Amino acid sequence: MNGSSTVNKTRTVVPFGPQHPVLPEPVHLDLVIEDERVIEAIPNIGFIHRGLEGLVEKKDFQEMTYVVERTCGICSFQHGMGYVEAVEHIMNVETPDRARHLRTIWSELGRLHSHLLWLGLLADGFGFESLFYECWRIREHILDLHEMTTGGRLIFSVNTVGGVLKDMTPEMLRKILDTLDEVARDVRVVEKTFLYDYTVQSRLKGVGVLTKQQAHDLGCCGPFARASGIACDMRKLGYDAYPYLDFEPITSNDGDSYARCYVRLMEVYQSIDIIRQVIGRIPEGDIAVPVKGFPNGEYFNRVEQPRGEAYYYVKASGKKTLDRLRIRTPTFANLAGLTETLKGAEIGDVPLLILTIDPCISCTER
Amino acid sequence: MAIMNFGKQMLKNLFSKPVTTSYPAEPYPYPERSRGHVVIDIDKCISCTICALNCPSDALSVDRQKGTWTINRFDCIACGYCVTKCPKKCLSMVPGYQEPMGAKSEETYQRPPESMVKPVPKKPTAAKPAAPAAKPAVPVPAASAEETADGTKEEA
Amino acid sequence: MAEVIHGIDEIRVVPKEELLLAVMTLKNENRRLAQACAAYVNGLVEVSYTFADDEAYQLVHLRVVINPDDSIPSITPFFPIAVFYENEMSELYGLRIDMMEGIDYHGRLYRIEKEAPFRPEVKK
Repeated sequence: MNGSSTVNKTRTVVPFGPQHPVLPEPVHLDLVIEDERVIEAIPNIGFIHRGLEGLVEKKDFQEMTYVVERTCGICSFQHGMGYVEAVEHIMNVETPDRARHLRTIWSELGRLHSHLLWLGLLADGFGFESLFYECWRIREHILDLHEMTTGGRLIFSVNTVGGVLKDMTPEMLRKILDTLDEVARDVRVVEKTFLYDYTVQSRLKGVGVLTKQQAHDLGCCGPFARASGIACDMRKLGYDAYPYLDFEPITSNDGDSYARCYVRLMEVYQSIDIIRQVIGRIPEGDIAVPVKGFPNGEYFNRVEQPRGEAYYYVKASGKKTLDRLRIRTPTFANLAGLTETLKGAEIGDVPLLILTIDPCISCTER
Repeated sequence: MAIMNFGKQMLKNLFSKPVTTSYPAEPYPYPERSRGHVVIDIDKCISCTICALNCPSDALSVDRQKGTWTINRFDCIACGYCVTKCPKKCLSMVPGYQEPMGAKSEETYQRPPESMVKPVPKKPTAAKPAAPAAKPAVPVPAASAEETADGTKEEA
Repeated sequence: MAEVIHGIDEIRVVPKEELLLAVMTLKNENRRLAQACAAYVNGLVEVSYTFADDEAYQLVHLRVVINPDDSIPSITPFFPIAVFYENEMSELYGLRIDMMEGIDYHGRLYRIEKEAPFRPEVKK
């Protein structure tokens, strides 16, 4: 490691994680280091593998909604929603319009709190503690909205095959709008710091660049890919109330950590805007339709989670239980992009780069 | 590009009241929909076992012969599916989370003997309080009625 | 108002021998490997590869049905990132994959405590 020979540099393998002060999630990386640079990173997962996909053979398909939802605490609503919509598609259930709008509101609230959480973790990653607390303070308002509308702060348990279980009263919608105004005002303050502060820029700009072609070849998705210029947003598929809404995927062409921060920050505003649009046009009516019989068939459903596109493959053969459930989570796809961005990075930037893909390991391992 | 962009907000935070409350000295105001824990109105229970069969985490068990309803509060994930499924609407979700304890424990509720004579009691009159083994249940606020009303629409 | 894109799922069942050819065709269409998974169906293994088109939001699924004891060729020559999916399939579903280029983790991608792979031995 003492670089005395210029020809034969010593390579060292540094084990990184699963326990690390900056990592919120247990991922393990074997970093092959040459001097202070990472040559190769080999990820290992499986520390919190729970076998939720296997549980599908024991629980009936309605019960599984609650199990799937508990895959991860951050994108919990969208996990439940993706699964439920896959089953609804197989069973040809037409969800009422109001339920679809409610699902959109909840999934955007979920995106808001996930992105604010990530912004806080990023600030923690580059050592800006007060910014970290500021982001989490804003996020707290969103969690209060979750608790008010569903009864849970992170796990909503409102999805069911055929619709949703709880309705929102006009006062709740009013409260959501008021809170979002407040959140938008607060985010403006942190936005200035994240995007224009000198110290923050020096930590983020040009770090971990991933080009558009690389991002495409590595199958990246979500804000991570959008920061590299791939305008791919599964909300454009038009599930739930998204076909009635006006929004465009937010992209950046830089492909560095700063661009990822920019994309997520702008998506916070986009989510706020989407919720306002939905509340403006939410129709009256039922929130669920009764479901008869058991699913028979197979379907690949995809939804846009805060971290990217998630796939829900459901295969059923007319029994009470499903045959196969497969959840491909965005972090699993972004792992390849992570190993690519780590190549050539300084070892001091490694924790920051792991954060920029917004890893959710408990999703990845299921 | 600017330096000390956050300074203004920092100073503001320094001189303003903390946003956190002094919990538990000041109790947390749970919203009325808060999913804290499941309570049972044991007098109305008919031991149909639907809740136990449908529980995603197998936290519930029902004994038909003895007429008991047992919940392992540490296994319960407070999803509220049993509340949705209960045909007699005797289960409800109320605010207040399970407190930490040294060991896992179960709570058993005993149906009053009058209701066990007839297979399907019409209206349990003069119901005695639950057996001494049962912990006194938390009073059910009227708020949870709304949740159960929503649940009726969903019958698989 | 946003335009609604109807995702049309196309499942192409291909024999094992033609898998690599089909994958190459999709690679030339500039598609992205979105996911790969294995499923046990009536004693056989269904391996599904999903390829996504990011501009048109369309999916193509390639499906290979094999015996649980057969092996399947690796698609890592065309899609290097398939290494994660293939390692996952071989570790958790006991699928045998030939010519894994890049990294074969040899059962070390998922560091789990339980005995893997999980096969439905008890269930018929």
